[in-house]
Amino acid sequence: MKNRKGLVIALTVAFAFGISACSSSDSTESASASCEKADLATIESGMLTIATGEPAYYPWVIDDAPESGEGFEAAVAYAVATQLGFSKDEVKWVRTTFDGAVTPGEKNFDFNLQQFSITEERKAAVDFSSPYYTAPQAIVSFKGSKIDGKSSIADLKDAKLGAAVGTTSLDAIESQLGLKPSVFNDNAAGVSALKNKQIDGLVVDLPTAFYLSGVEIENGIIVGQLPSTGSGDQFGLLLTKGSALTSCVTGAVDAITADGSLASITDTWLATNTGSPVLKP
Amino acid sequence: MTVVSNSTPWSPSPRERVFPTVIRGLVVNIQLTLIGGIAIGIIALALALLRTTKSPALTPFRFIATAYVDIFRGAPLILIILLVGFGVPALRIQGLTSNVIVLGTIAVVLTYSAYVAEVIRSGILSVHQSQRAAARSLGLTSNQAMRYVILPQAIRRVIPPLLNDFVSLLKDTGLVSILGVTDAVRAAQINASRTFNYTPYVVAAILFLLITIPLTRYIDRHIRLRSEKQNSDGLA
Repeated sequence: MKNRKGLVIALTVAFAFGISACSSSDSTESASASCEKADLATIESGMLTIATGEPAYYPWVIDDAPESGEGFEAAVAYAVATQLGFSKDEVKWVRTTFDGAVTPGEKNFDFNLQQFSITEERKAAVDFSSPYYTAPQAIVSFKGSKIDGKSSIADLKDAKLGAAVGTTSLDAIESQLGLKPSVFNDNAAGVSALKNKQIDGLVVDLPTAFYLSGVEIENGIIVGQLPSTGSGDQFGLLLTKGSALTSCVTGAVDAITADGSLASITDTWLATNTGSPVLKP
Repeated sequence: MTVVSNSTPWSPSPRERVFPTVIRGLVVNIQLTLIGGIAIGIIALALALLRTTKSPALTPFRFIATAYVDIFRGAPLILIILLVGFGVPALRIQGLTSNVIVLGTIAVVLTYSAYVAEVIRSGILSVHQSQRAAARSLGLTSNQAMRYVILPQAIRRVIPPLLNDFVSLLKDTGLVSILGVTDAVRAAQINASRTFNYTPYVVAAILFLLITIPLTRYIDRHIRLRSEKQNSDGLA
């Protein structure tokens, strides 16, 4: 039987080495200087392919129909497209998962927006435009839950909180609250668990928290916002690592920020999102 | 092609950070497999016995058992997990647990009982009718013939496919993670999605193989020794 054991070990080792041998080499592409529409290297020439989540939620996208331009992110997407010189007809929407989009590799979109917080770790895997929104994290729950009425982080030490995998919300539960989270594939599964009272609260960004507590969850409440950590709260448009479009898309976001159109889009779609208490340490 | 700079996606990551979380996740997989496995064995045996009975009095039960196997063998496991894990608690039935580990295990047991019942049934049907006739002629009752003559031969014949199902069960317990349970696969995914270093997936894969490969080899050996013994008995 000695040979058999040897074979098992050899196979396991071979498997591990075979895979580690596939390490990728470094490469970065410099962005092209011109941001004229004709010079933009989009996935489909003459078209701008924009991605979001499936389903996309209010207030980011209204009725899961980004083509309408209704909803904060849909409006931002079209504002950026207009800035880059694309008409409404020249925008094509595709859907991706959150987790799949922040992963390194080739993408099937020119840029993706579904509340991607800009973090250092993610910047190693994908490109981000300059931020188009700054959102704190918040805890959604329901009336009468174990964490209803809690006002400090210390009061939450026995809470069972959930978040979607690969999100900064998940990191916040571990690093800011020091709790062991329940981890879901996406927010939709987390909402199911919260509705079933299988978790006490779900951590999401504040605008999503307003939607979930107001519309999706019966007797929903926002327990509070987590204190800001700065960088992790800013949303950016996500592009392929080293994309030739990054500088142009950043330029477009900066332009709509500068001319005030981003502020008016924010007021239109996220105006009610104020006045939730920040949790005390 | 555009690839990531700075981070090397397959390089070994700090073991002290990833390893314990994946191991803790694997403990969940193993617990679900063992507890689920026992429940599956009992339910599947009952279903198989019911489906192989011939008594007209048991016809309604035979019908129910057949319908059960058809439904749970035919429906995707992931659907059953979502239905039981999220759908059943949504009914707000008093006194019913909403614990996702318990509900997830129930969902896996429901599906795998159907698979395993069919394996055991095929084993029972593979035992020649003369065995039963001989047992009855020796004065054994119908139940005794099943218990002491048919089942021991039937189960022995289906050990390899049963082992197949056991290994699948161990792997499929990972699907319960969609309910928010952190198993080995999910623990690896959390680590990988945080750093974009995919070594945790390899770690999880190797841990699963460390269980499944020795298990398969052991059972193979067991079966071979047993059949050699049986053959030599016959020659003696």
